[in-house]
Amino acid sequence: MHESVSRSAAFHPAGFFDVTKVWALLLRYNYLYRRSPPRLLEIIFWPVMDLLVWGFLTTYLKQGAVDVPGAVTFLIGGMILWDVLYRSQQGVSLSFMEDMWSHNLINIFAAPVRVREFLVATYGVGFIKVFLVTVVLGFMSLWFYDFALFSLGASLLPLFVNLLILGWSMGMLTTGLILRFGHAAQALAWGVPFLIQPLSAVFYPVSVLPAWLQPVAWCLPSTHVFEGMRAVMNGGGFPTSSLLWATGLNVIYVIVAASVFAGIFHAAREKGLLNKIGTR
Amino acid sequence: MGMDVQKVIEVKDLEKTFSGHAAIAGVSFDVNRSEIFGLLGANGAGKTTAISILLGLVTPNEGSTVKIFGHDLEPNRIAILQRCNFMSAYASLPANLSVMENLKVFGRLYRVKRLSQRITELAELLEIQPLLKRITGELSSGQATRVGLAKALLNEPELLLLDEPTASLDPDIADRVRKILKRIQQERQLSIVYTSHNMRDVEELCDRIIFMREGKILSQGSPQQVIDEFGEDSLEEVFIRVSREGASV
Repeated sequence: MHESVSRSAAFHPAGFFDVTKVWALLLRYNYLYRRSPPRLLEIIFWPVMDLLVWGFLTTYLKQGAVDVPGAVTFLIGGMILWDVLYRSQQGVSLSFMEDMWSHNLINIFAAPVRVREFLVATYGVGFIKVFLVTVVLGFMSLWFYDFALFSLGASLLPLFVNLLILGWSMGMLTTGLILRFGHAAQALAWGVPFLIQPLSAVFYPVSVLPAWLQPVAWCLPSTHVFEGMRAVMNGGGFPTSSLLWATGLNVIYVIVAASVFAGIFHAAREKGLLNKIGTR
Repeated sequence: MGMDVQKVIEVKDLEKTFSGHAAIAGVSFDVNRSEIFGLLGANGAGKTTAISILLGLVTPNEGSTVKIFGHDLEPNRIAILQRCNFMSAYASLPANLSVMENLKVFGRLYRVKRLSQRITELAELLEIQPLLKRITGELSSGQATRVGLAKALLNEPELLLLDEPTASLDPDIADRVRKILKRIQQERQLSIVYTSHNMRDVEELCDRIIFMREGKILSQGSPQQVIDEFGEDSLEEVFIRVSREGASV
């Protein structure tokens, strides 16, 4: 009795962020993927299938089957970098959904875990997925299609990082919508990135878009990334301007997405939504 | 902070409204140290909402006071949760992880020191040693409940919140779980907030109870006091009467 009374008297306010808890959550996802070959396979399966389709299409176009400019290898580069964005977004939203599906959300948020620690762990999952996919696709595209992703050189890292961060922002927004609208909104986890794909100029330059749509496209960090990628592949050197735009926009997107998520999480606590989606 | 060290939980004028419907309407209660405190009532009475508020999963209406360990819950939520734990029949540990993996993850989330030793102690206490390598989703309800309790005791909590822990258990396993809980509570002088539809659980375990209906307290006291207050022979009869007739004392 004495001990518990004295423990109560010594009240230690919690800090702002605890890395130990992020590691604990990452450990949980590590166990999850190690114990589930289908999940592990899924990380690589769809990107590899995409690469095969786009790679063979590129090979066909390069053989001069149709009259297109020579630099059709943009297609492979676009496909690989698009997957960075997509997998990053999925890392965040699917991690949340895994806990929702396993009715474990309540256990997590009834533990001394801050939302920011939970989110950073999901960013970590996104980063690991993206890293694995990029390495696998980078080597496969080199062996099969003679496309050297790593020839993007010093530009590759900032392009990669910008797409990774945009994926995190989109993941937060997706997760927020799932939290707000429940199981019915789960399809958003797979669909949301494709809302911006046509405007991101992944496989074609922005100039292809109708004139009225181009200013909208330039508001997306991803558009600057893909334009930057094509500039590098055209021998244009380090795409400083594109990267500055992408980074600046990403800062805004992260702030907006985090604020929206925080607002939805606050509303979820007011409306009891965590109980609704987190329990059987 | 002016904390009465005997009071682990102090709730005053607790209100919670969901879309205009009062899930909890002006409830006040205290939970003392080393006490098992029961929240009773039919479905929709407000028990789970009350537990969710105590865990910070649901925010109460303005004007409500919720103090745990003498501190306001909302601004101190993380520090308070570090000293609490929770188990519910309606939440699960991830099904595809082994029991040991789940305990390791939650042990780290609660920053448990000497985690392996702690897991070994709890495995012995709850007789789950043979289950540690099993996949959690393959456990029976009784086994999963004991594993859930192991998770709930990892951080040696001072306050344990249990939401219908014996739901879906057969009478034999429910009896074993009750005995385990009683033993742990006595050995560690835990405070427990307990919700259940099983009135035998409550009579056997709880020192004090509140009986809730439509978000309000109908009666409170020891189980025997509540039975006497309603003039019935058992809590089960009180429960049925309250549920069917909406009876007041």
